[in-house]
Amino acid sequence: PAITMLSYFIFSFQQRIEIHKLRQGDNLILGFSIGGGIDQDPTQNPFSEDKTDKGIYVTRVTEGGPAEVAGLQIGDKIMQVNGWDMTMVTHDQARKRLTKRNEEVVRLLVTRQSLQKAVQQSMMS
Amino acid sequence: MSAAMDTESTYSGYSHYSGHSKKAHRQGRDRHKSPRSKDGSRSEKSVTIQAPPAEPLLGNDASRVEEGQDDNWGETTTAITGTSEHSISQEDIARISKDLEDSVGLDCKRYLGLTVAAVLGLLVFLTPIAFILLPQILWRDDLEPCGTVCEGLFISVAFKLLILLIGTWALFFRQPKADIPRVFVFRALLLVLIFLFVFSYWLFYGVRILDLKDTNYQGIVQYAVSLVDALLFIHYLAIVLLELRQLQPMFTVKVVRSTDGESRYYSLGHLSIQRAALVVLENYYKDFTVYNPAVLTASKSRAAKHMAGLKVYNVDGPGNNASGQSRAMIAAAARRRDSSHNELYYEEADHERRVRKRRARLVVAVEEAFTHIKRLQAEEQQKAPGEMMDPREAAQAIFPSMARALQKYLRTTRQQQYHSMESILQHLSFCITNNMTPKAFLERYLNPGPTLQYDRDRWFSKQWTLISEEAVTSGLQDGIVFVLKCLDFSLVVNVKKIPFIKLSEEFIDPKSHKFVLRLQSETSV
Repeated sequence: PAITMLSYFIFSFQQRIEIHKLRQGDNLILGFSIGGGIDQDPTQNPFSEDKTDKGIYVTRVTEGGPAEVAGLQIGDKIMQVNGWDMTMVTHDQARKRLTKRNEEVVRLLVTRQSLQKAVQQSMMS
Repeated sequence: MSAAMDTESTYSGYSHYSGHSKKAHRQGRDRHKSPRSKDGSRSEKSVTIQAPPAEPLLGNDASRVEEGQDDNWGETTTAITGTSEHSISQEDIARISKDLEDSVGLDCKRYLGLTVAAVLGLLVFLTPIAFILLPQILWRDDLEPCGTVCEGLFISVAFKLLILLIGTWALFFRQPKADIPRVFVFRALLLVLIFLFVFSYWLFYGVRILDLKDTNYQGIVQYAVSLVDALLFIHYLAIVLLELRQLQPMFTVKVVRSTDGESRYYSLGHLSIQRAALVVLENYYKDFTVYNPAVLTASKSRAAKHMAGLKVYNVDGPGNNASGQSRAMIAAAARRRDSSHNELYYEEADHERRVRKRRARLVVAVEEAFTHIKRLQAEEQQKAPGEMMDPREAAQAIFPSMARALQKYLRTTRQQQYHSMESILQHLSFCITNNMTPKAFLERYLNPGPTLQYDRDRWFSKQWTLISEEAVTSGLQDGIVFVLKCLDFSLVVNVKKIPFIKLSEEFIDPKSHKFVLRLQSETSV
């Protein structure tokens, strides 16, 4: 039990997801939609717990797409993309960072509310 | 149902053509016809005071005023009965004329005060003239000649006296509209001030001028002018104290009628309690709907039924534990599952429906009746085909078609004793004369109106008693409560201070109104 708790601690509420882009014609698609950004209205974000959070959130995941296969879920907050920080970017900058034409694989660092709550509950019990 | 409703004088107004029989019915109610009532033309409200027995001044009056009320009131009363606004000092008048007032009645006290004030006023007015004329009369030959300066001063005295006269007439010569228990403090103060002032002037005049036969006539005239100036300033003081100070609203009073909870709010300035009571009463007659005892019978019967079903048996033996018994009854009544709320709900819904139905029938009947009347224009009057009628006859012609519907409606809303057939006919001819629509005619009957709208016999509220824990000449303060009681109900008055308002300003540049679009876009990647 102590070791499992420690292991949860090390990964600290976050999950790494690796998505391999799918080629569709001339485009490389990832299969999800994002919302949020520092130029957007954070109060309209249905997924954030704190309504002043201007981060980038996953609002839709297409079925069978590369994101779903990789384990991305709706409501995830994207913290980093390939090492680039995504917590303080505009919506358009986020889109650009995700759709770079010369990258075939993107590695996301996401945080998930259900994950947070599960860890908190196991810590308290 | 009519038997339960008509607990008071029971007549359907339509069977009476003269007001005579109405008076006969009212005899039983008017236990409070004091001798004052012979002044029938004035609308007086006598306000007697009931305060804690701090100064029992006139024990005699207590018995006379308190007839018809509970015995308890007689013990705590310090009944000062109606003085007018012009009396100088209640104590003096009482001691001087105690027998006088006992034999002659309450009116005389008011007139006494009035005459004293009038005499004082006349004296004060004639004083400057006397100051100027006395040296001329007494030692004319010794006086120094005083030419244009004196004549100028004469003119100024004359005009100032004229202004003073007009001002006093405008301010003070008003018909007193109420009898109040205690003297007006400010008026009394002003009268005393004027008296002292004029007295000191006469003293100085008598000692320095008359005795020594001063020959400097100009000085004497200037002395008289200074008196008139000072009188004008006292008049200004009177305006400020008596009129202006009350105008700015400082307090909000809430007036609640004890029988049905109808409440109103009024704004008042710095007034004494008795004057505030006067203002409240004046507004009561025009703002509150008329007191209708027939409307209250339903709640009384409900209240009687609550405690009627329970009886207390004392099983534990003798010993009269009265408070324990009543507490047990209250607890049992509270726990009992009765359905009186159900009854109330259905009764009220039923009554509402009946009233609306009758009202609809009434409106239709009146509208139809009004269509039969057509006003003749001036040129048509010469060549009228049928007979021409004046408003009264026209009213009598169309009245029968709406009489039944109106009577039924008034019975349902329990207003039938407030409207006699004669009054309805009068109102109908009034409406016809003034080209009113049927709705305007009905406005008076559909809802109960303020007390002033009705015949004085129906008022139930002509003599009022002011019940207060504070002295009634003290000013209003926050949190004071006093009660205006008349025979059938009382008005509870609660005084609250208008809160101190802190108002600050904020300037907004019109150019600073700028807006952005707040989006939440979703992009698929």
